[in-house]
Amino acid sequence: MTSNVLYALAGVALIVMGLAAISLQTHLLRRVIAFNILGSGVFLVLLGVAPGRSAHAADPIAQALLLTGIVVAVSATGLALALARRLHRATGGMTLDADDDAR
Amino acid sequence: MIRLDVAVVAGGCVALGVGLAALVVGLPPVAGDLAGLVASRVGDSGVTHPVTAVLLNFRAYDTLLEVAVLMIAALAARALPAEQAEQRDTRPGSPVLEALARVALPLAILVAVHLLLVGASRPGGAFHAAAVLTGAGVLLRLAHELPAHAIAGERRASLLLVAGVAVFVAVGTGAAGVTGHFLGYPPAWAGELILLVESVLAVSIAFALWALFP
Repeated sequence: MTSNVLYALAGVALIVMGLAAISLQTHLLRRVIAFNILGSGVFLVLLGVAPGRSAHAADPIAQALLLTGIVVAVSATGLALALARRLHRATGGMTLDADDDAR
Repeated sequence: MIRLDVAVVAGGCVALGVGLAALVVGLPPVAGDLAGLVASRVGDSGVTHPVTAVLLNFRAYDTLLEVAVLMIAALAARALPAEQAEQRDTRPGSPVLEALARVALPLAILVAVHLLLVGASRPGGAFHAAAVLTGAGVLLRLAHELPAHAIAGERRASLLLVAGVAVFVAVGTGAAGVTGHFLGYPPAWAGELILLVESVLAVSIAFALWALFP
């Protein structure tokens, strides 16, 4: 087993943890963190399965795609946090429970 | 007593994890040699670092759309109603933070310019420079030297946000006039064009990231 496969398997573990946390946690901050863990897992899998030119330099195309993905994830995180903050100011809560809407 | 929804999610996630792991381990080696192709054409890109060549030349289209996503996220965050005056933090800034900000800001600008220029040949570039500038900006914000509401309504602030994408598109269109391909830089000018795009991007990205900071 090469180290690249190990990276990819670690990525799979992060994906599973992130997905479970997004599904089970209701606090929005926890969900945003879980989304970032899930995203990091996807990046790790992509880098792990990309063909490496050598043990020290990963595929430049995979690196560039990941940099793009990281910036998009940061953008989404920033906007999600801004919306959550707005929601907290408006309702005092940090969840999207259907019960809250009914009140 | 385990709740049913927890059990279903846990089971589904474990099944997905096992399936993905099996897929990753059994993946056949990728056909074709993209890395080799990049290495053989990096001389035409205007820069010598392969990742910068992919980001700003070979796959510049990705980077353009990525910056557009960041711009839209920052504009959307700015479009949210501003905080009421009574909700603002009016406590005086910490003198330690103020002193630190005054030392760190010029240093951060120096480091950012260095990262921007070094991106052509080594790891670095607009995004790295922007991240450092944003760090300095957040420090200023924490030290109460540069409050968000001071420029929240400024029209020029929005122009700064849009400048990166606007210049990127303008350069890409100009290149199309010469080579016939959108973002297809002529090799003789590629280095200068990439530096121009990256310089504007660094400021624009830094401001977008800073605008996302609440």
